[in-house]
Amino acid sequence: MSFTGSKHYISTDDLSLAVNSAVVLERPLLIKGEPGTGKTMLAEEVAGALNKQLITWHIKSTTKAQQGLYEYDAVSRLRDSQLGKANINNIENYIKKGKLWEAFISDQQVVLLIDEIDKADIEFPNDLLVEIDKMEFFVYETGKTIHAKHRPIIIITSNNEKELPDAFLRRCFFHFIKFPDRETMEAIIAVHHPNTKKELLSEALDVFFQIRDIPGIKKKPSTSELIDWLKLLLADDIRGTELSDKNTEQNLPPLYGALLKNEQDINLLERLAVAQQKNQQITLQP
Amino acid sequence: MLLDFFESLRGQGLPVTFRELSDLISALEQHLVFVDIDKFYYLSRTCMIKDEKHFDKFDLAFKSHFSELDKIDNLFDKLPDLELLKYSSLQNQVTEANDGDNNFGSLRGLADTWDKGSDEPYDGYFGRNKGVGTAGTSFSGNTNANSHASSTSSTDIGEGTVKPWDHRYFKDLDGSRQLGTRNIKMALRRLRRFARSGANEEFDLHETIRATAKDAGLLNIKMRPERHNSVKILLLFDIGGSMDAHTRTCEQLFSAARSEFKYMEYFYFHNFIYDSLWQNYDMKHGELISTFDLLHKYASDYKVIIVGDAAIGTHEITRPGGSVDFPNSEPGANWLNRFTDQYDKVVWLNPEPNTYWHYSESTRMIQKLMHERMYPMTLNGIEKAMIYLSR
Repeated sequence: MSFTGSKHYISTDDLSLAVNSAVVLERPLLIKGEPGTGKTMLAEEVAGALNKQLITWHIKSTTKAQQGLYEYDAVSRLRDSQLGKANINNIENYIKKGKLWEAFISDQQVVLLIDEIDKADIEFPNDLLVEIDKMEFFVYETGKTIHAKHRPIIIITSNNEKELPDAFLRRCFFHFIKFPDRETMEAIIAVHHPNTKKELLSEALDVFFQIRDIPGIKKKPSTSELIDWLKLLLADDIRGTELSDKNTEQNLPPLYGALLKNEQDINLLERLAVAQQKNQQITLQP
Repeated sequence: MLLDFFESLRGQGLPVTFRELSDLISALEQHLVFVDIDKFYYLSRTCMIKDEKHFDKFDLAFKSHFSELDKIDNLFDKLPDLELLKYSSLQNQVTEANDGDNNFGSLRGLADTWDKGSDEPYDGYFGRNKGVGTAGTSFSGNTNANSHASSTSSTDIGEGTVKPWDHRYFKDLDGSRQLGTRNIKMALRRLRRFARSGANEEFDLHETIRATAKDAGLLNIKMRPERHNSVKILLLFDIGGSMDAHTRTCEQLFSAARSEFKYMEYFYFHNFIYDSLWQNYDMKHGELISTFDLLHKYASDYKVIIVGDAAIGTHEITRPGGSVDFPNSEPGANWLNRFTDQYDKVVWLNPEPNTYWHYSESTRMIQKLMHERMYPMTLNGIEKAMIYLSR
């Protein structure tokens, strides 16, 4: 039972090895990489490939570590006490289980995705050290300790918005998803768009890697943008030759809005295109 | 052998500890990889390195540590030849070495023996050995063991097989600039930690008890704002002219501040603050923003950090029309006063060492206008400034 990618997900050797060692050695796997290189998708695919349930914990700037364990709803309990409800006597009725708790008490091993851990407060990872290490935590309200029945496979993603504390990093395995090279990219596209014509694909990849190489671009288009763009190109039934001609008025690739999401970047591309056009005119004149 | 590898990683300044090493060893015990150097590279990287900025150093350490493996690979290629050697005089020599100092037991000993043996001319026996890349010539011609070893390894496998660590994909990620900003980040964090206050809801037990008691026992739930980081920063940079010498320090401060504060606005000025500021680094192309607009837009809960060397002409501070760029109708001092009046906390960070401040009249003048809130742009200075801002 090991992970080697799936029908929908191309995994490179190094990524598969990282996943497998994290699974075998029961360590959380921290995944970093450019946005849009399939970090979040990885967890879904691992769960699918290993035939396990996926529990996702999305992290927001306001998320606290405690919320992953449990929350004690004191307000409802107080309210219910005024109404004289019977279930106030048992405090457990007012403890809401968090994602980690869910993962711990599951009867089968699950995959737990902690998505975008860098979004949370700087102390967040530190607050989870013991829980992730020992795979247990203590519930103060009931005085019970919750142990993991099966250590979940934990996959953590980060977009590098904040640096993670060293103590936390020590407990994780780490993999950085390198931006795919052309060969891998072709394989990825073949998985998502099996009907793409070869000529269109090769032209589109040329344009795509050219745009990525423009110096000073703020948000480089990534795999997910490329896939969206190809979808649009296919929907518009654009042929490869049209891409290379760039016969549109501004000398821009068609539907470039799908690749660039940033006003400044689009501006930059437009200016470059104008400059290119001028160059062409100059060379045509003599 | 892994201990040596571990030592050479630490030698490269990589933050690896026993914990990482023990992970790697248990991964090997689980047979996650077996006799595959590429996979071993990936596995050891996953286990031992926790930040992509260290990848390049790791590649280098890995390369230097395992370069000797080429030699061993090379040896395996030659093993069939060794079979033939049974009948050669080298065989005797090998046996002698084995009996003598017993260094034949290890691969390295075998490699050395091989090198030793092949230094001597055996043309008579080796005319047939086409398997060896250097095809006999080096056996007779080469008398230096070291140079021989390197020449065979480069011809046999050195070329053609490019290992993953040879690519050094992660060179760009090893930003020592990032490391420089880390210290500044830690200094700025002082401000951050202190500043947890703002909106959001939290159950207020004391107020609830008080309110409930007041309502004769009818539950009255009170909430209060939760503490969280909401410090707001206005950064004003002096650029151009004498500040060019400090560009790097300013960039570091800027990049560190950017990652530490959620609400951070920045503007540029030249030499001193007058009627307008701009937000594009290149003022010629940037749009000017009226300083009045700025003062109106950013409320007094912003904390202001001005960065500048303060070494200017005194007329630029005191006189109308004193600016070198604009025909300013009001003296610059008025504008600075507007800032110190509106904002409770304003500091000036000066990249010039504070031992020089005394000699510049304009610096002393600004120091006075700032109510002595000028700090040197060193780690200590920034820390002091942050302590003042957070008070």
